[in-house]
Amino acid sequence: MFPTPLSQHGHSAVLLGKQLRRAAGQRAQPPSARPEVTKPRSLGCSETIDVEINPKGAHAVPAISRDEVAHLARLSRLALSDEELDQFAGQLDSILNHVKAVSEVAADDVPPTANPNPVTNVTRPDVIVPGLTPEQALSGAPAVEQDRFAVPQILGDEQ
Amino acid sequence: MSSADLTKLDASDLAAKIHAREISSVEVTRAHLDRIAKVDSEYNAFLHVAAEGALTAAEAVDAGLAAGDAPASALAGVPLALKDVFTTTDMPTTCGSKILEGWVSPYDSTVTTRLRGAGIPVLGKTNMDEFAMGSSTENSAYGPTKNPWDTTRIPGGSGGGSAAALASYQAPLAIGTDTGGSIRQPAAVTATVGTKPTYGTVSRFGLVACASSLDQGGPCGRTVLDTALLHEVIAGYDPRDSTSIDAAIPPVVAAAREGAKGDLKGVRVGVVKELHSDSYQPGVISSFDAAVATLTELGAEVVEVSCPHFEYALAAYYLILPSEVSSNLARFDAMRYGLRVDDGNMSAEEVMAATRAAGFGPEVKRRIMIGTYALSAGYYDAYYGQALKVRTLIARDFDKAYEQADVLVSPTSPFTPWKLGEKVNDPLAMYLSDLCTLPTNLAGHCAMSVPSGLSKDDGLPVGLQIMAPALADDRLYRVGAAYEVARGAIA
Repeated sequence: MFPTPLSQHGHSAVLLGKQLRRAAGQRAQPPSARPEVTKPRSLGCSETIDVEINPKGAHAVPAISRDEVAHLARLSRLALSDEELDQFAGQLDSILNHVKAVSEVAADDVPPTANPNPVTNVTRPDVIVPGLTPEQALSGAPAVEQDRFAVPQILGDEQ
Repeated sequence: MSSADLTKLDASDLAAKIHAREISSVEVTRAHLDRIAKVDSEYNAFLHVAAEGALTAAEAVDAGLAAGDAPASALAGVPLALKDVFTTTDMPTTCGSKILEGWVSPYDSTVTTRLRGAGIPVLGKTNMDEFAMGSSTENSAYGPTKNPWDTTRIPGGSGGGSAAALASYQAPLAIGTDTGGSIRQPAAVTATVGTKPTYGTVSRFGLVACASSLDQGGPCGRTVLDTALLHEVIAGYDPRDSTSIDAAIPPVVAAAREGAKGDLKGVRVGVVKELHSDSYQPGVISSFDAAVATLTELGAEVVEVSCPHFEYALAAYYLILPSEVSSNLARFDAMRYGLRVDDGNMSAEEVMAATRAAGFGPEVKRRIMIGTYALSAGYYDAYYGQALKVRTLIARDFDKAYEQADVLVSPTSPFTPWKLGEKVNDPLAMYLSDLCTLPTNLAGHCAMSVPSGLSKDDGLPVGLQIMAPALADDRLYRVGAAYEVARGAIA
């Protein structure tokens, strides 16, 4: 689905607080070895966020290219403009470079938690209860025809 | 009592006066509607005001009391502001999005039904970040809400409308939802109270989904007792929510009344080491440290606890949440309800893509794409799968901490409300405001934000977060109420 591995390029990570800096320390070079450190930006308080560019190839999981963002937009059924793609590409790269920190955690033998309530196969008694009328169910529909949702053409002419 | 005075009273006082028939619910409701008409152009807390519906509900409460009926609930007759993410058959539900502009649900959410059954008039629907994604309400398609403490600043998010309505005396009670802090962070930055109840105790039926395994409706008020009273109205088992917990709701009102006596002897309070950093705003830290000292004075035993995996909570959350979002928001397909963009020559797929591009704002688009990426075949294990394991480790950290403490405390947010526009183009910087609130959602536990005063460095509100294990919501109210009494009035 995605071309992998992606070209390896610089990554940014935004960090706040000792705890996140510690996380960075496990994978990033010491400050002197960093190829570039951008000017700290204001946090709206007297502290700052460090924006650091990590060394090439420092991460096992690559970040994202503009082409991939365009591909994601298609998969997500979002007809984005070129301007949006330009803007989102950088932002998604920055977000993904932060969230990939989860890969640092040794968790091979840890079971996943998809939902905090350990409930499975929740059923209800098989009793008929009133539901929505057709009028109610169709009340918000963009288009209605013969008590049905009217939708644009799904299959092409040749199909 | 003048109309202006009525808007300043606590919900519990209003309820007592209404039930004693000293004042009518109609008077109280009208006072708040007048206040909304007068001031909300300044704050933009409401997306929809339902004057007629609220007054009709108030009249019914008054008529019942006049006939000698017992009040339907402890808050019967006290009006409320409802976050615009709960469905209502008599008002639009937009979720702060253009894609649902003007949409009216054919059914009520369970929370709506409970409010109606409790005789609580709904004043209107409050502003929010689009589909509850954001920390500032700047992601609302209908313009941001302004913080009543400083209208150049954000009121928090996603429930900034509900918090601002309380802080500006437009409503004595409000409902929010909390997926990663959307009740607690707005409460913190507006000096109001808000609780994220234990996951599964407030029904999600008719709550338009953001991230289903994290979303939880909850009560907001100006006092701990008011919040507790509303908590008991909305919480309870609902067979229409398959993750609803079929268990008794903890006695939160009794706990708030007990706490108000000001004695916390025997209560063990854990300060989470990982949620106390010298990179937080200094005024936030000093306010928090003073709050911990107050808890000690109240007799609590304060210990330090460590939750080493919390440093990964933000990363895990921003994988799990977008993954669920990308799936949940697939329902906005322009076919059955909501916006449809169609020039008449487009295929169904083109209509979907054009509609979603036009109807969703930038933050929603970003999160849908992040989720689509994290769930894609090549990256599922590395991103979503790994985040779910980290979620387990965070829950284990909590379990260990709760062996040493009955409640945990931290600042609610690392900083006070920032300027509108300051972080709009830096999503990651915005996400950091939820650093302290996210772990509770990942674990499905409960937590409250209670005001801890004003920051020394900028004079803006700071919140104290109190956390407790699942189904121990009563502990939040006991500690919160005791702290509230000892803290005294703010500013």
